[in-house]
Amino acid sequence: MASSDLLAAPAAVSSPTRVNDFSIQVATVNGSGSQTANLVLLRSIFEMGVPVSGKNLFPSNIAGLPTWYTIRANKHGYIARKKEIDLLVAMNPETAREDVLALDAGCAVVYDEVLKLDQVRSDLVFYPVPFDKIVAETCPDARLRRLVRNMIYDGVLSRLLGIELAEMDRALTRQLKKKAKALALNQAALQAGFAYAEQHFADRPVPFTVERMAEAQHLILIEGNQAAALGCLMAGVTVVSWYPITPSSSLCETLIDYLRKYRMDPETGKATFAVVQAEDEIAALGMVVGASWAGARSMTSTSGPGISLMAEFTGLAYYAELPAVIFDVQRVGPSTGLPTRTAQGDIAFAAGLSHGDTKHILLLPASVTECYTMGIESFDLAERFQTPIFVMSDLDLGMNNWMAEPFPYPDAPIDRGKVLTPEALQQIGEWGRYKDVDGDGIPYRSLPGQFGPAFFTRGSGHNAKAQYSERPDDYTNNIDRLARKFETARAAVPQPEIDIRPGARVGIIAYGTSHWALVESRDQLRDEEQLETSYFRLRAFPFTHHLAEFIDAHDRVYVVEQNRDGQMFGLMRQELSGTQISKLASVRHYNGLPIDARSVTEEIRAHEARMALPPETSPEDAIVGAEEAV
Amino acid sequence: MSTPVVPTPPKKVNRINLEPAVYRGAKTTLCAGCGHNAISERIIDAFYEMGVEPTRVLKLSGIGCSSKSPAYFLGTAHGFNSVHGRMPSVATGALMANRTMLGIGVSGDGDTGAIGVGQFVHLMRRNLPLIYVVEDNGCYGLTKGQFSPMADLGSTLKNGVVNDLPPIDICALAIELGATFVARSFSGDKKQLLSILKAAISHKGTCMIDVISPCVTFNDHEGSTKSYAYAKEHDEAVNEVSFVPFFEDISVDYEEGSATPVKMHDGSTLILRKLEASTHDATDKLEAMRTLHETVRRGEFATGIIYIQPDAPDFISLLNLVDEPLAQLPQTVTRPPKSVLDEIMERHR
Repeated sequence: MASSDLLAAPAAVSSPTRVNDFSIQVATVNGSGSQTANLVLLRSIFEMGVPVSGKNLFPSNIAGLPTWYTIRANKHGYIARKKEIDLLVAMNPETAREDVLALDAGCAVVYDEVLKLDQVRSDLVFYPVPFDKIVAETCPDARLRRLVRNMIYDGVLSRLLGIELAEMDRALTRQLKKKAKALALNQAALQAGFAYAEQHFADRPVPFTVERMAEAQHLILIEGNQAAALGCLMAGVTVVSWYPITPSSSLCETLIDYLRKYRMDPETGKATFAVVQAEDEIAALGMVVGASWAGARSMTSTSGPGISLMAEFTGLAYYAELPAVIFDVQRVGPSTGLPTRTAQGDIAFAAGLSHGDTKHILLLPASVTECYTMGIESFDLAERFQTPIFVMSDLDLGMNNWMAEPFPYPDAPIDRGKVLTPEALQQIGEWGRYKDVDGDGIPYRSLPGQFGPAFFTRGSGHNAKAQYSERPDDYTNNIDRLARKFETARAAVPQPEIDIRPGARVGIIAYGTSHWALVESRDQLRDEEQLETSYFRLRAFPFTHHLAEFIDAHDRVYVVEQNRDGQMFGLMRQELSGTQISKLASVRHYNGLPIDARSVTEEIRAHEARMALPPETSPEDAIVGAEEAV
Repeated sequence: MSTPVVPTPPKKVNRINLEPAVYRGAKTTLCAGCGHNAISERIIDAFYEMGVEPTRVLKLSGIGCSSKSPAYFLGTAHGFNSVHGRMPSVATGALMANRTMLGIGVSGDGDTGAIGVGQFVHLMRRNLPLIYVVEDNGCYGLTKGQFSPMADLGSTLKNGVVNDLPPIDICALAIELGATFVARSFSGDKKQLLSILKAAISHKGTCMIDVISPCVTFNDHEGSTKSYAYAKEHDEAVNEVSFVPFFEDISVDYEEGSATPVKMHDGSTLILRKLEASTHDATDKLEAMRTLHETVRRGEFATGIIYIQPDAPDFISLLNLVDEPLAQLPQTVTRPPKSVLDEIMERHR
């Protein structure tokens, strides 16, 4: 989905106040019930038709550590994270001082009066709110005050920013419709916050407001993991095995909810699926592989540490040619890393996961829509190519709410690939499990308990008839056929989205969630640097012929990604010519926060400036890193 | 004068009219005299005698000498020689995908007790309907004879190295973990092993069968506690196992109190006769554990059906699956209609 799908609205500014273009950061304590308040804030802006994104920057902790929620509203549809904060809601005494010191001059700060933040800086606009006093008045039960306290800042922001109170109330009702008592208390807190702002801040307007737009009206708001789960449901998954890990757990948890609701046989009440919470990620993929061997559509989802454990079974599935769908909702590694922060750090590892010569198909969703469509596609590809398929999502996409057009119902029937049938057998004559009869590297498989001869599946050396073999030519014939199969996949994987701008000498390649920063960064480069750029959004590995063509058509090409080592850049270098490689420069962002446009723009601007100097740069200079203070 | 017509003897077939040859597999590549080959023979006999259609069987294994053996029986069944110690997960996936298949997994003492002990634990806990045979020779044969964690304390390698760690008793471990069919046998005891395997085919749940299976090349010497000589000397049967399949008439010929009949899930009857030396009751978990500990204390190893609980729910039943294999469900069943997508979209609007 191109960003153009997601609204480009006419600016409707009639006063010096900035309309529908700001970012809010809410700093709270993890476990203090701020999620409801933050989602109500996000949804009410969304319901007013304003393009918006919400990103949860949370700790690896259940309660007590600081957490931040950033909301960006932007009429142009820029929904990548924005570095600069326009309005801070400071609720966490632990971080309040640091949070305030990090702001640019002129920012607005809504804060708990007792924190006395107005003494920290004088160049900010302060809105002190006596949260404890207000909550005491609206919530008689002292034990519940902690849970409704945060709703007060929603009321304050409603007044300050012009977010319709009715939309806030509707969003709140949607969240708490099954808890009447909690709803009433929160509604009271919301209104009390509004009333307080009305009374005390009417003469101190913030310089930006929300105005109703027509753009986001028909859209949905959904998390990437929920969208991926929906893709699996529509793909007809039958066996799911998983092990809990942040940030992927909600994918299988949502899928379980869907399966229980929509995949019980209406007559017998029995399940048309099996789900197992496995003992670890090794067993999770082992079950997936066992299930696909026996003919089921099976999947698992995990994150980096789970991918490490899955290396063994991935190699088996590659070599024994068994379908598997693996969602990798990437987080920051290596090792435990930053479990609740985002990255695109598993690309190189997943692409060649296992010992020996292996190459895997990676799908690279950039949007919740692609979490859904690629979720469906991954099962077809896994069965068509009889191999593991990795869907490389990330924490930013998987665990945050994103806007999207409602998802399309799949129009293509489920593709089970080359399963041996009586007709197929008649057509191909003599069957061998690993015999390449069609020249595409993809053999026919028979399924246990179904039609066709049995064979012995093994991770040890085998010939075209699946017999054990250590013969050199059997080995090379087989491993070369697997390489041929991978070549066949180039035309079958999701093709890139390419935007060639006439006359542009500079190209940019990005994938996954980096896309959203690029939408904005390209406009910044055009408007601020007069640098028109072409754009190539990579959607899968292996690469297609378009990649080399794109690089050939430009003088310089930036490869933007969210890892330290330029992992996709490295994969590209393995396939491109020397001339093509010499045109590439790597732009990397890897501090755990979602990539933002400004960081990319600055890197490219600086590199372009260097390029304009007399040529004395060494190839190493082509690797630039996007650094950012958190 | 005419030569007398000798009627050709009728072909030997089982109850589903299959000949014994159908149950055979590829020629073994294990060492001559390997206990594992004898176990393969008993598996062939058991499936033949029980009249199981080989194409309805899934054969699975991990890695090692033991794990090669599924190639040597039931040649017309699909087989999967997976990765070291992880066969339980593969079997779990396969049997979820197709609940109508009968699963048999072959592992070894290293594949189960060392690298695979984690998956073994969860297999026992889940009670997956799977016959899980451990071909137990106390060593790693395929890497030339290193100790496994199931080697006995004080047992020696050929080069004199002494095992100074206690063994994992997988029978005791399995019972502790909730296994519902736990047996131990010796590859040299044809009759007992065959009866146990036939009973296992009738059981609905995990059948953990530890079979002492001497490694003639690396662990059959003096000082080994898994040698043929040692096994014969120290094998202590806790019961005499007779099995009457559901398709045969039961002719009970034991005195009241001298045997325990166990009704199996498929209608077969397992008759556990008491032996003079043992008062073992295989239907009692505490008794089973006591017997195991007492025989170990005496320096013996208990064989027979150690523990059986024929009516516990198995993992596939707990999943409440439709009768038809999940692997064969059509798109009309597995892909919800557009109305479902619309409903979910509406919830996110």
